[in-house]
Amino acid sequence: MELDFSRQLHFFWALLPEIILCTFGMVVLVAGVSGKYKDADKAPSGDPSFGTTADLGWLSLIGVLIAAGANGWLYGVKEVGQDSMIALDHFRLFANWIFLLAAALTILISFAYVYRQRLQAGEFFALILFATAGAMFMAGARDLIVIFLGLEVMSIAVYALTAFNRRDRKSAEAGLKYFLLGAFATGFFLYGIALTYGATGSTNVAVIATSVSSGAATAGLLTIAIALLVIGFSFKVSAVPFHMWTPDVYEGAPAPVTAFMSATVKAAAFIAFARVFLVAFNDSYTTWFPILWWLAAITMVSANLIALVQTNVKRMLAYSSIAHGGYLLLALTAANPTATAGMLFYLLVYTLMNIGAFAIVISVAHQAEERQYIDDYTGFGWTNPALGVFLTIFLLSLAGFPGTGGFMGKIYLLQGAAESELWWLMVILVLTTVASYWYYLRVAWLMWMKNPTSDGQHDLVITPFPMRLALVVCVGLIVYTGIFPGAALEFARASVQGLGAFGGGIVGLAP
Amino acid sequence: MITEALVLSAFLFVIGTLGVLVRRNAIIMFLCIELQLNAVNLSFVAFSRLHGMDGQIFVFFVMTVAAAEAAVGLAIIISIFRHYKTVDVGNFKLLRW
Repeated sequence: MELDFSRQLHFFWALLPEIILCTFGMVVLVAGVSGKYKDADKAPSGDPSFGTTADLGWLSLIGVLIAAGANGWLYGVKEVGQDSMIALDHFRLFANWIFLLAAALTILISFAYVYRQRLQAGEFFALILFATAGAMFMAGARDLIVIFLGLEVMSIAVYALTAFNRRDRKSAEAGLKYFLLGAFATGFFLYGIALTYGATGSTNVAVIATSVSSGAATAGLLTIAIALLVIGFSFKVSAVPFHMWTPDVYEGAPAPVTAFMSATVKAAAFIAFARVFLVAFNDSYTTWFPILWWLAAITMVSANLIALVQTNVKRMLAYSSIAHGGYLLLALTAANPTATAGMLFYLLVYTLMNIGAFAIVISVAHQAEERQYIDDYTGFGWTNPALGVFLTIFLLSLAGFPGTGGFMGKIYLLQGAAESELWWLMVILVLTTVASYWYYLRVAWLMWMKNPTSDGQHDLVITPFPMRLALVVCVGLIVYTGIFPGAALEFARASVQGLGAFGGGIVGLAP
Repeated sequence: MITEALVLSAFLFVIGTLGVLVRRNAIIMFLCIELQLNAVNLSFVAFSRLHGMDGQIFVFFVMTVAAAEAAVGLAIIISIFRHYKTVDVGNFKLLRW
């Protein structure tokens, strides 16, 4: 099938996965307030089947699976030209796999949490689906306005999710912080779009690229526009110095939402970041190269240093996610096909290991927000061997130990950086990775090398079936990509083909 | 004519930015963010004199998104007001800023 966007109906086919997700989101939302589902608040706690929460959760999961089917179907569809408003390239489809995987895993790990916390299941799962659809719009957009709309669909849903637990002060506070700073960043992002439009006369990524390479664009306006867009994106990918909201929001938000946020929001921002800067502003590479170089360097160094002194696990993982954002910025700075494929691979692995780690944090916290300190993990490994081994694998992968997906991801990022000769950034990545071993392995050491502080400290840890399923998927894929990375990498390489030009060929630009 | 509009728009944007950074009342901060968005709208309209109708259409998208954002944002502000009986962000100290 071939799509040309002069016919309106073809937009429908091109956006099929997003439309399916939105439809299921609305169905789940309505189901959540009708019939027996609307009294979820009054259900007895301790029901092992999680009552009506489970029904709505499985329904949302079916929606994600059908959307995944539609995403697979899009591989057989070709587009005419490369300048339509909606992209149909494999870059978008690969990104969609990451978002759908993150959504499915988040739904699986939140069953017990939503039930125990007496949250409105219909609204919770519907918002997850809407946020995922927003992320997919961002990945599929080839127009700055569509990127903006996708960003807002995703962000507004995530603001609501962050403040979702209305009985919890921390959740409300985190929601307010995220909302104010997120909307603030949106202002910068939008101003960047307006100035790009002023400089080039279009918001279409392909048209902007032509205008920039032919020199028709107004140089001064374009430089300011690039700077503003970098600020807007940096807030969303939480690059230092625009990261100050991240630890607070990650700590205060409901834990499954934190897992979702750290995976999907970051991945969607990076995908859109890559498309705008590698395609539209490809010929201004010399303008944005130094900005991203410094952002990557500062982010890697400071996030890893601050993470060393954290005592709260959710905060520690928040700084760890900022640090991983720094590693991914290295790939953007390198701006060549190898680095971009490495970025896709790393985003996939990062989604798996981060959601996996948060799933265990939720378990240890009794499906609530109770025990979040690193000291609460003493002796955890010996009382819950399976969970202990899983968490150790996630931590080793986050740290980048050989044999895990995280290690292979870092190798590919380094390979991409080497092609653009970014030697200093590579040195910083290796050194900060070594430093990060300390805070990841400290948790593992407490788990295995110390005795529990009191008898029965870990008795109340429950891992229901859906969460076990998610954990097995995460561990399986991390070990698989760590030992046989070939298939996933080839897939990522093929997905980057046809994305557009890459300016990273200009080497020796180090500031 | 376009230059004047762009200068005014930049000026309003800076006022909005400073407002968010200086004021501590959540509702005023939110107002300043709206001011930023409307400054951007002014730029869009000004540029549309150069590049055609597109810019004016974007303004409607921005206004719609701003309305959706206001709905969620004010709901969050109400929810935090119920906990703290204040909307001054200086009083929210459960999480370190």
